[in-house]
Amino acid sequence: MPEPFGLKDCALLVIATGKSAQNLRELRDNIMTIHQGSIYYHFWGNLLRPRFDDPEYNNDFAAWVRHSLHDAIMAERLSMLDPTEYHEIDDLRQELIDLIEERLDETELVLWSKADRQFYFLRSQVVVFDTRRVIHNPEELGQTIPHLSIGSIFYHFIDARRRTPERRDDFRAWLAGFGEEYFPLIDGLAAIDPYFSSLTELRNRLIITVQKFFTGEKS
Amino acid sequence: MTSTMLDLYEKIVGEAVIGHLRQLAEPLADMKVIHVNSTKNGGGVAEILHQLIPLKRELGIDAKWEVITGDAEFYQCTKRFHNGLQGIPVGISKTLLDNYEKTNERNAEVLREELEDADIVFIHDPQPAALLQFCPDRIGRWIWRCHIDVSKPYRPIWKYLRKYVVNYDASIFSLPAFARHLPHTQCIIPPSIDPLSEKNIELSREEIDSVIHRFHLDPDKPIILQVSRFDRFKDPLGVIHAYKLTKNFIPVQLVLAGGGAADDPEGEIVLNEVKTAAADDPDIHVLLLPPDAHRTINALQRASDLILQKSTKEGFGLTVAEAMWKGKPVIGGDTGGIRLQVVNYHTGFLINTPEGAALRIRYLLNNRPKLQEMGKKAKSFVLENFLITRHLREYLTLMAALTQEDVGERLEL
Repeated sequence: MPEPFGLKDCALLVIATGKSAQNLRELRDNIMTIHQGSIYYHFWGNLLRPRFDDPEYNNDFAAWVRHSLHDAIMAERLSMLDPTEYHEIDDLRQELIDLIEERLDETELVLWSKADRQFYFLRSQVVVFDTRRVIHNPEELGQTIPHLSIGSIFYHFIDARRRTPERRDDFRAWLAGFGEEYFPLIDGLAAIDPYFSSLTELRNRLIITVQKFFTGEKS
Repeated sequence: MTSTMLDLYEKIVGEAVIGHLRQLAEPLADMKVIHVNSTKNGGGVAEILHQLIPLKRELGIDAKWEVITGDAEFYQCTKRFHNGLQGIPVGISKTLLDNYEKTNERNAEVLREELEDADIVFIHDPQPAALLQFCPDRIGRWIWRCHIDVSKPYRPIWKYLRKYVVNYDASIFSLPAFARHLPHTQCIIPPSIDPLSEKNIELSREEIDSVIHRFHLDPDKPIILQVSRFDRFKDPLGVIHAYKLTKNFIPVQLVLAGGGAADDPEGEIVLNEVKTAAADDPDIHVLLLPPDAHRTINALQRASDLILQKSTKEGFGLTVAEAMWKGKPVIGGDTGGIRLQVVNYHTGFLINTPEGAALRIRYLLNNRPKLQEMGKKAKSFVLENFLITRHLREYLTLMAALTQEDVGERLEL
């Protein structure tokens, strides 16, 4: 039997890197050397930031290119970058650079943002809280997920993919210890795309997946 | 009971949020933490400190608040720092700068023992920034907390202040655009409001009505309000212009309410300009309130239909969060920290001109359901992002990160 699953919660403290960009060229140049944590933050950090609408673009780079440089083509290409497809941050970094360079090659004019609309490279310090709650078995996980904070969802389902050597979420890693019986549930969780939705939606999809498994409902 | 304040906050923000604060405070128990600024009353910094210090103490941290003192020339100099950091080209004579340094040295003589002995020192804004160099035997970590919009500073002023700031262990800015090139960690921590303070607690209808009566406001005519110091960056003349453009179409009354801060010698000049512009209109109410008129401001905000914050520069603009907490949409200048709070078309409108402000005032006063919907969203936005509990969590995180070895990107509690 695996150890009980300790539930954590988390919050981000935002840290400025002191680097900024006012056009695509500067964005590319900074991406080449910026701290890995900054690339991670600009892809994932927005999930923990408040928002009212479904985001039009899924990462900060795409949103800035659209709203400050007004380059819709570049924004669309950047917004389709899915960070979960890249095992290492540096692979994602290289893909970003390639996309931007491709765009620089095909445009004659370098578009500039207004001075007060620059892209500011940020990173974050993750503070991890121990909720002092533990889950002992997979059934209990199903009962607990609906009550998890969005910080807990972020920590266990998203942050884990960067934190752990296996690069997978904590739920799947823990369930794997319970044997073959739970492989369908693990597969169901693996099929959830963690990127293109808010943390609240992600929690709902986790609830549905776990409930379907335990009730034997076919999807 | 020692946990009274935290219990009260828990009723507003929930158990988990307070639990996080307690966990973060555990490794910081009994640490000596000192906050230093230049005024006990007036302005957002003093308001935040009035609430943060007792909260930290309740969490077991040995927190104190010290205020430096200076003469009129000192405040003249620091007001110029303030203007210069916000981008106005201002000259400062060597005499004033010498006095600034001497004032910091004199204050350091009084505070040195406890500052050097403290585990963490928060220095707020430029006024006490030079204290660090007069505390050579300090053992703790020093953090410079900048509440000002320094996105485009007048270079000679920033160059002068940077030589002090550069020696700190970390600095805090309210927005990413304000961060500078500095050789230490720069955190982005927006300020916050306190839902339990006199300025933000719930008030009875009778109390609100009595304030309407006291200032001879017409209870049947829509009220638009701007609460701010009489400061050029708050653009009170632009607000009067917007009001005049609005009243041609819809009956409305304008309240400009503000006080002076002890460290702001320019306020009286701007106030006189405002009084001149408002002189012939009985529906413009210019209220010069004492620094402790928190309950009155609270009542005015609750009595108003919508709130303006037409600043042209704004470090953060706590009055925006205050108004939003009372369920009022805000029409705010598209600048600085206002952008962080006014989510365009959701919690209010961002505007650039008096004309833009007038357009949005007319729209909201003519669309009451929209006004109420925006007000509701505004309140929940503040609940999640701009209450003192979030602010304290981020301060505690930084304190824990600075006082522990090799924290890296992840601070596990």
